Amino acid sequence: MAFLEIDNVHKSYGRHEVLKGVSLNVERHEVVCLIGASGSGKSTLLRCVNALEEIQEGTIRIEGDTVTGAGVDLNALRRDVGIVFQSYNLFPHMSVLENVMLAPIRVAGVSKSEARERAMKLLDSVGMEDKAPSYPDMLSGGQQQRVAIVRALAMQPRVMLLDEITAALDPELVGDVLEIVRELAHGGLTMLLATHEMGFAKEVASQVCFLDAGQILERGPAEQIFEEPREPRTQQFLSRVVKSGRL
Amino acid sequence: MTSSSLVNEELQPTPTPSQPRPVSGLAAVGLVLAVIGIAMTVTAALRLRDYNDNGVISTILGIIFVVCSLYPLWPTFRAFQHGARRTALLKDDQLVPARRVAAAGREEAQIAMGYAAGVVILSGILLAAFANDGGVAHTFFTADAWRQSFPEMIRAFWTNIWVAVVAQVLVLIFGLLLAIMRMLPGRAGAPLRMVALVYCDIFRAIPAIVTILLIVFGTPLAFPTTAKWDPVWLGIVALTMTYSAYVAEVYRAGLASIHPSQSAAARSLGLSYTQTLRTVLVPQAVRRVIPPLLNDFISLQKDTALLSTAAIAEVVLTSSLWQSQLFNLSPVTLAAAFFIIITIPQARFVDYLIDRDAARRAGK
Repeated sequence: MAFLEIDNVHKSYGRHEVLKGVSLNVERHEVVCLIGASGSGKSTLLRCVNALEEIQEGTIRIEGDTVTGAGVDLNALRRDVGIVFQSYNLFPHMSVLENVMLAPIRVAGVSKSEARERAMKLLDSVGMEDKAPSYPDMLSGGQQQRVAIVRALAMQPRVMLLDEITAALDPELVGDVLEIVRELAHGGLTMLLATHEMGFAKEVASQVCFLDAGQILERGPAEQIFEEPREPRTQQFLSRVVKSGRL
Repeated sequence: MTSSSLVNEELQPTPTPSQPRPVSGLAAVGLVLAVIGIAMTVTAALRLRDYNDNGVISTILGIIFVVCSLYPLWPTFRAFQHGARRTALLKDDQLVPARRVAAAGREEAQIAMGYAAGVVILSGILLAAFANDGGVAHTFFTADAWRQSFPEMIRAFWTNIWVAVVAQVLVLIFGLLLAIMRMLPGRAGAPLRMVALVYCDIFRAIPAIVTILLIVFGTPLAFPTTAKWDPVWLGIVALTMTYSAYVAEVYRAGLASIHPSQSAAARSLGLSYTQTLRTVLVPQAVRRVIPPLLNDFISLQKDTALLSTAAIAEVVLTSSLWQSQLFNLSPVTLAAAFFIIITIPQARFVDYLIDRDAARRAGK
């Protein structure tokens, strides 16, 4: 039994079917990268795992527990599954520290002083401890994204979902953020990430999935997908990525 | 390099330089306006002095007005100077300097026109105040009537202020409750959504004055035990009922304007719907709706005057009693002045709050 099991998931917005039967198993400590063109369903799949979107068919299980459908404690599920968004989505009316402390205090019931201590430790580990009293609008995109990662980590999730977290960043800020993700991967955090950073995917992924039109068209170890893709659509996608200088 | 289809190699010809634009015409308009303004101000100053029987203060004020009205002559003069220089430079064939001087001269002429127009409008108002041989001034601005009515008026106005403040606090709470009711999710929330919707529709439709009459006169009849209550409290209830409907709409617009990604971020951290509302959505929405909220609050302050129809001794009722006693509208003007005096500082205060919030978030 895999740690995270995604089984035949269908998702549609009205008539438009975005996910057409996606199945994927993620083992503990595994890092799975989702690649594919915009609109192929990468983000939607991540949002479904975190139940931010309702699925119409199929099941998602975490350690054998079904987390989709009626009667699921969504708030409990989300405690176990952290997500970081492309647009950071920090709370602009709270300081960096308050952003990180909010969920541990309100959801996990941690005491204020303990939450503060843990938040400061986490901010310290991403080099943001001096920004603790700042507000998100005062930070660069890269700094905001580091805070967003810390905010998700503060809930000590068992799976992290990263939704194109460097796509909105200036090129010179991407490195800092990826460095943190690399560290998390080496630390053994189970992660499922949608990304356009092919070089990075190649480096950290234990498994790469190519999504096309709402289906996983091809999956395998990073070397195989990038060096000798079997499907013509994968080859076409990767050759375009090479042409744009991203690989 | 060979020519590519993206780059056009044909150069555009150099355009012929344009002539400087005329100055003296504009300056002449400025001069005419300035003269009209000065003439009007002098007339108004003479009326002011005559009306106050050659009083010292009114004479000094009149002189100050006339001196101020002379100001537009200066930019007019500068504009004519520039016009002359423009002609001289053109004769010398110095096109670019001529264009510069012309532009500066037109700017001066426009300044003259702007200030002269201001003088015309202000002196026009002053003239209107002394129209009909001082009849206008006597009707609306009699200092003696102000002096007589002032103590009673200011006491009555205190009622307006505390009624407004209490009603505003209640409206803030009740309006937010209504707004949240209208946004409750799912089938379970449907009946409450409906109730809130109907409430807002009804109380925005009924004129405030009708609600006030119904509540203030109706409640003691329907519930005789309330007959001993101070009717002011019923007035507060009526104002709260009306304005909550408006403020609920303002809140709702504010909540709807928060990007869904904020809600997604909060929910993804495990916060419940209620926690998300309380810690993420409402604080941001309230900040955004402060200006429109203030708008409704100013309306509410003014509508405390409607309580006069329910025989509550607030400032407008008091002023109209004085008006019929003195046969003069100056006490009513005084009431107007009271409302102006308390409203303007609030508007500036909210501007300050908005600036401060923006500055804090930008780290200044």
